[in-house]
Amino acid sequence: MATKPISTGAIPSGFDLDLEAAPPSILRRLHLDPPLLLGLLALCGFGLLVLYSAGDRNPLIVERQLLRLSLAFGFMCGVAQLSPVTLRNWSMPLYFLGVLMLIAVMLFGDIGKGAQRWLDFGFLRFQPSEILKLGVPMAVAWLLSMRPLPPRLSWTFLAVILILIPVLMIAEQPDLGTSLLVTSAGILVLFMAGLRWRIILALAVLIAAIAPLVWFFAMHDYQRARVLTFLNPESDPLGTGYHIIQSQIAIGSGGISGKGWLNGTQSHLEFLPERHTDFIFAVIGEEFGLTGILALLVLYLFIILRGLVIAARAADNYGRILAGGLTLVFFVYLFVNVGMVTGLLPVVGVPLPLISYGGTSMVTLMAGFGMLMSIETHKK
Amino acid sequence: MAKSPSRRPRRLLPPRAKPNLVWRRRLLVGVLSAAFVTLSAAVFYRQVIETDFLRTEGERRYLRDAEIAARRGMIMDRNGEPLAVSTPVETVWADPRRLAEHLDALAPLASVLGLDAGALREKVAANRERGFIYLKRRVSFDEARQVREVIARHQISGIDFETEYRRFYPGAEVFGHVIGFTNIEDRGQEGMELAYDDLLKAEPGLRRIIRDGRHRIVQEVEQIRPPHPGKDLTLSLDRRLQFLAYRELMKAVKEHKARGGTVVVLDVASGEVLAMVNQPGYNPNADRETDADHRRNRALTDVMEPGSTAKPFVVAAALEKKLISPGTRIATGSGMMMVGKNTVRDVHNYGNLDVTGVITKSSNVGSVKIAQMMDYATLWNLYDQLGFGHATGVGFPGETVGRLRHYTKWRPFDHATMAFGYSFSVTALQLAQSYGVLAADGVKRPVTLLKRIPATDGHPDEHAAPSAVRVLSADTARKVRAMMETVVSDKGTAKQAQIPGYRVGGKTGTAKKAGPGGYGAGRYQSVFAGFIPAGQPRLVMVVMVDEPRGGAYYGGVVAAPVFQRVMEGAMRLLNIPPDDLEPSMLLAVAGREPAP
Repeated sequence: MATKPISTGAIPSGFDLDLEAAPPSILRRLHLDPPLLLGLLALCGFGLLVLYSAGDRNPLIVERQLLRLSLAFGFMCGVAQLSPVTLRNWSMPLYFLGVLMLIAVMLFGDIGKGAQRWLDFGFLRFQPSEILKLGVPMAVAWLLSMRPLPPRLSWTFLAVILILIPVLMIAEQPDLGTSLLVTSAGILVLFMAGLRWRIILALAVLIAAIAPLVWFFAMHDYQRARVLTFLNPESDPLGTGYHIIQSQIAIGSGGISGKGWLNGTQSHLEFLPERHTDFIFAVIGEEFGLTGILALLVLYLFIILRGLVIAARAADNYGRILAGGLTLVFFVYLFVNVGMVTGLLPVVGVPLPLISYGGTSMVTLMAGFGMLMSIETHKK
Repeated sequence: MAKSPSRRPRRLLPPRAKPNLVWRRRLLVGVLSAAFVTLSAAVFYRQVIETDFLRTEGERRYLRDAEIAARRGMIMDRNGEPLAVSTPVETVWADPRRLAEHLDALAPLASVLGLDAGALREKVAANRERGFIYLKRRVSFDEARQVREVIARHQISGIDFETEYRRFYPGAEVFGHVIGFTNIEDRGQEGMELAYDDLLKAEPGLRRIIRDGRHRIVQEVEQIRPPHPGKDLTLSLDRRLQFLAYRELMKAVKEHKARGGTVVVLDVASGEVLAMVNQPGYNPNADRETDADHRRNRALTDVMEPGSTAKPFVVAAALEKKLISPGTRIATGSGMMMVGKNTVRDVHNYGNLDVTGVITKSSNVGSVKIAQMMDYATLWNLYDQLGFGHATGVGFPGETVGRLRHYTKWRPFDHATMAFGYSFSVTALQLAQSYGVLAADGVKRPVTLLKRIPATDGHPDEHAAPSAVRVLSADTARKVRAMMETVVSDKGTAKQAQIPGYRVGGKTGTAKKAGPGGYGAGRYQSVFAGFIPAGQPRLVMVVMVDEPRGGAYYGGVVAAPVFQRVMEGAMRLLNIPPDDLEPSMLLAVAGREPAP
């Protein structure tokens, strides 16, 4: 990545990578990045296939997901048309809009499933925390790109405050998963900006020091229970542990080649909870086996690597930091979800990106990919 | 990274390129690779190394062995009329985890199931972590249909049905004491249901099924064991006679304000019990929880002192030993005699009676005098052979054997009281059995509640009539029967047992009940035991009415009319030809015939 910082900036000659060989292709003119688009389409297509099985062949579920995907792809295309300059200028407004909405949620938000996360506009309900999944990395990127990189301590401190304000508000809702994702988005952008090692080290020490305090004073009982159950699922086999045990059984019984599409017993016999949302990875594991899972991971890896290539070739620091940050957030999504389903991490409500059934996070993710495409295609 | 300044010189400053950025990228790639390797390794571990274990764990969760319901055997009367039948019914169960989402629909559901809405809501809420609760077992077809309607109307999920068998007793309280009933697990609890549970009980089959996380059966994999329905049981009872006897007994118990009563009808030729009813009764379909006092099959579980109904056997024993003949004169004196320090009395002063007269008038003194002609052993032997003090062999749960003390322990006054039916106790069935011996010309046949299948029927050993035992000579039996016919004559104690067209023989008994304070206190058991037609008896019947409190208490007044009404009907029902048609009656029958 560090080998060609200058190549793309001046001449769009297509010398750098074969992937975008025909210089003024239609996709390029539409500001779409072909490899990324291809990877995303493949992933979403596979996702629909799995969803058909996980949703018990309910065409309605697939239809709705298809509708959401179309919307999200449209959104991605729209965002891709904006130049990075525009994105940059909108960074702070978006951030503040998100924070204002979080305040609104605290004051008059809807309570659903025991947490206050939703804002109801009458015609649509949505979670403002989703905005901040983009708003925080954009704001941090905007802040840090104003100064030479790597950032000094004072700027780092400012960035940390930018991150902490919404994170604490989201954690208060309570929404452990999202606050974790937003935190990681901010920190990953900081990391991409070239945070100094000693600061990274200091942050790590700080987190280690704060963790016990968070455990005892900031976490809700159910969150503590989840972590404890993660450490020993058999302690609560009918409650939270049920998810973990069932998903591991589903994955494990898939074996190397899987039971075949639509043939997963654990998922179709309704033993696996949340099988078309957060635990859809277990369905893939049961029906497609190790082979299918490795193929899926390769597809994800391809998308992530492409995102990092775009980051490395970005025209400016803002684009580089943002592209890298967003790509890594996507990776964190994947890692947390797969880690949860395979039992490596505690159960946190994070969907499998672009495959799990559900709308809000998909639009945010695709908007992020739209930004990546914008950064990649507006370089002249 | 060096390109930015040219584009936005005002805002972006040139980056300070540092060598640590190279390391940073290497670290990033390293962390990413490590993460993917970790995830792959985790999946590899589950899918390759742990796969067998996890697969078994999975199967353990969805493969289940389930019972296949099988039908319990039917109980029928001797003519194949159903007395206890198992009909398939549905049981409603629920998955509280899903039903908890329809709390507003619980009220209509509770109302069609006849449950309390509040209690149902609490039950569902209390079990919301579980996947299975019974809502109501064995609902009627109508209830099941209404539940389905409610489910459809309110879009409820989480309710399902399961087939079970429900036991139904068409004979209700008329057969309740004999048949008994089963519990919710379809096992016999009382009566014949309990006695023949091994025969009647169904062996549920076993099948391996795939069950989903909501406890619904998705697919049957294999049948491990086929279900075996229970075998049917045919009783000796005749439904028509049973109904008749029940009706008449109930009427008499009501009329005489009695505590209870018992009727037993025996078929003389086979020893089969044709009817066995008791009062008070209970309905095995509904009130199984009632007072145990109502559920007793008194004909087998309660004992009585036979009283005067034992006198014919004293005469029979003396006739058998040729100590007397029917015409032997017995001096009953002034109707009183002393046995040691005790007095035996008659109701009236009968003066000199022949042996027949002792029976006709039921003279206590006469019986004692006849008994005193023989030794203790002779009387005891006959009683013993008649079956007093022994189980009848019907195998009914809770049957009592009565009490007959061995003659070596008798004292002189015992010998005397034994002669008119005290100091020993029998059940109504034992008394009927002993009268059956007289009716069958001295042959004792074991009684049974099961229908005897003739040996020619291809069932040589099934309920076949076991070997009969001769207890009395045919001659003695006939002589005693002739004496007993006089009891039902106009000068006897049981005029009210007369049935036009038939010769009837029998004996009344009015036994004082022994209570905590000895005999007395005006508590009686009114008994009549008889046979019909007396020439060649077909049926034996014992009627016992316990503690009549309506004023009348003589066996001839309280019990004999029941015999008369039941046997009159039985003659008609069983098509037994009259053996005592007087000319006037023959004319009456002829006159009713249509003119040619």
